[in-house]
Amino acid sequence: MPTDPDHRPTTDARTSEEEPRVRFEDVHKKFGRTTVLEDLNFVVGRGERVTLIGPSGSGKTTILRLLMTLETLTGGYIWVDGDPLTHDRRDGKRVELRPKQVAQVRKRIGMVFQQFNLFPNMTVLQNIVEAPVHVLGQSREQAAENALSLLEKVGLRERADAHPTELSGGQQQRVAIARALAMDPEILLLDEVTSALDPELVGDVLNVLKDVAASTDITMLIVTHEMQFARDVSNRVMMFDGGRVLEEAPPEQLFSNPQHERTQKFLEAVV
Amino acid sequence: MTEFFSDLGTALPRLLGEGLRDTLLSFLGGAVLMVIVAVVLGVAMHQGPRWLRVVARVVVEFFRGTSLVVQLFFLFYVLPNLTGLGSLGGTWTAILALGLNYGAYGAEVVRGSLNAVPAGQWETATALSMPWATKMRRIIWPQAWALMLPGFNNLMVMLVKGTAVVGLVLLNDLTFESEQVRREVGTWPAFLAALLIYFVIAWVVSLALRALEARAQRRLGLGDFEVRKARQDADQVMAGGVPDDQDGR
Ligand SMILES: Nc1ncnc2c1ncn2[C@@H]1O[C@H](COP(=O)(O)OP(=O)(O)O)[C@@H](O)[C@H]1O
Ligand SMILES: [Mg+2]
Repeated sequence: MPTDPDHRPTTDARTSEEEPRVRFEDVHKKFGRTTVLEDLNFVVGRGERVTLIGPSGSGKTTILRLLMTLETLTGGYIWVDGDPLTHDRRDGKRVELRPKQVAQVRKRIGMVFQQFNLFPNMTVLQNIVEAPVHVLGQSREQAAENALSLLEKVGLRERADAHPTELSGGQQQRVAIARALAMDPEILLLDEVTSALDPELVGDVLNVLKDVAASTDITMLIVTHEMQFARDVSNRVMMFDGGRVLEEAPPEQLFSNPQHERTQKFLEAVV
Repeated sequence: MTEFFSDLGTALPRLLGEGLRDTLLSFLGGAVLMVIVAVVLGVAMHQGPRWLRVVARVVVEFFRGTSLVVQLFFLFYVLPNLTGLGSLGGTWTAILALGLNYGAYGAEVVRGSLNAVPAGQWETATALSMPWATKMRRIIWPQAWALMLPGFNNLMVMLVKGTAVVGLVLLNDLTFESEQVRREVGTWPAFLAALLIYFVIAWVVSLALRALEARAQRRLGLGDFEVRKARQDADQVMAGGVPDDQDGR
């Protein structure tokens, strides 16, 4: 990671291996007058794969978007490896970090969206190469080489020069996954990445993600309605309701023996 | 009848000299400035901090809300007195007034196009940690560009016709020259010749912009829907309105 003079030197305690990869501390999020998240606390350990489940509108997307800095916290803190993401506590006061500092920590996080969002003004390869070249300062050759091996991994190496509109939704989403991985993130956020796909295309995308989960130690936060997938890749499932963690457990346990009636009802409805 | 055509034949070449030159100069200079003004104000209105958005909005409304002719007179007669510097000269005055006036409309086209780039594109660029300049230059602008060309096409054609006022700051443009030629060949051939020349310029300009538009849209693989929406926005701006915001930030 390139050093930035603006980056606050962190204490040993903060960067130690003990620090979780992600920590939400008393996170509060309001949209206008609607409170979506209230005093939310949870921790995601290094290399953990956590699936967030819960009824629509329970705030799952908001959690991922806060972590990606696409929404602004209205209270509390998010820590990544012990470093403050957008707000820091100094002398007991909550201070907003400057965009440059935010950008430093944000580079450790990648996200794949429900709608793929490939850049239509670029080929598949350019889509993947763009950020590594312009953000990480990789050479075009180096970035392209890396992009091709990522395309290989998602089974689309031969489509490198295709235009996004020439690809099926499933293929586009696999490119989007490769694009996020090209930034070498420590944390990958997946927000209902198969929800916009025709059913027959879902499998390929999930297989790619299972492969990523098996072959890397990237920490993953996953929002999905694919319960079998959640079982396969995650080591913990968190059930959200009303902006709070209702219960959390390893998938086998939570799916087969939910403690809350709400969780039971929710699982019956989605399975 | 033959006399009419011979008069037209006399008028056309006369207008194609100085008249055409001053009209083209005003148009081309005005067009370049218009695009610059449109981009600066349009990006400021969409991306600037609140205070800058307000400033840009006020500037845009000022130039849209006041008469081009009065702006022209102001720049030509009042500004030199205010600044104590010399006159800008007719050509620069014309270019400045046209560029600012049409640029103010163009700013709305630019803002509307930026706004029409889907929110997901902006967010993905952020998720890839792109700095603002990279995001704009590499991701947003190429998409917005395709959407703003129909609007610029309309404005360019309007600008061609709008140059007819530059005679007021003593340029010998097509309109002024046709008035001169009228004394020799009569009203009909003189103004018909001027109309023809204006029409041809506007037609060529429009064709060129359509070609640019087609190229930009092909590159993006834009669907009919986006193209139609861009045309609608363009027409709304021409009618003095503001494109409705359907998407984006
Ligand atoms: N940009 C926004 N403006 C206003 N309300 C929003 C916005 N985004 C989300 N919300 C509201 O926040 C709540 C949680 O939304 P979301 O995080 O998308 O839930 P989920 O992903 O669990 O379905 C919903 O009630 C939604 O209407
Ligand atoms: Mg959601």
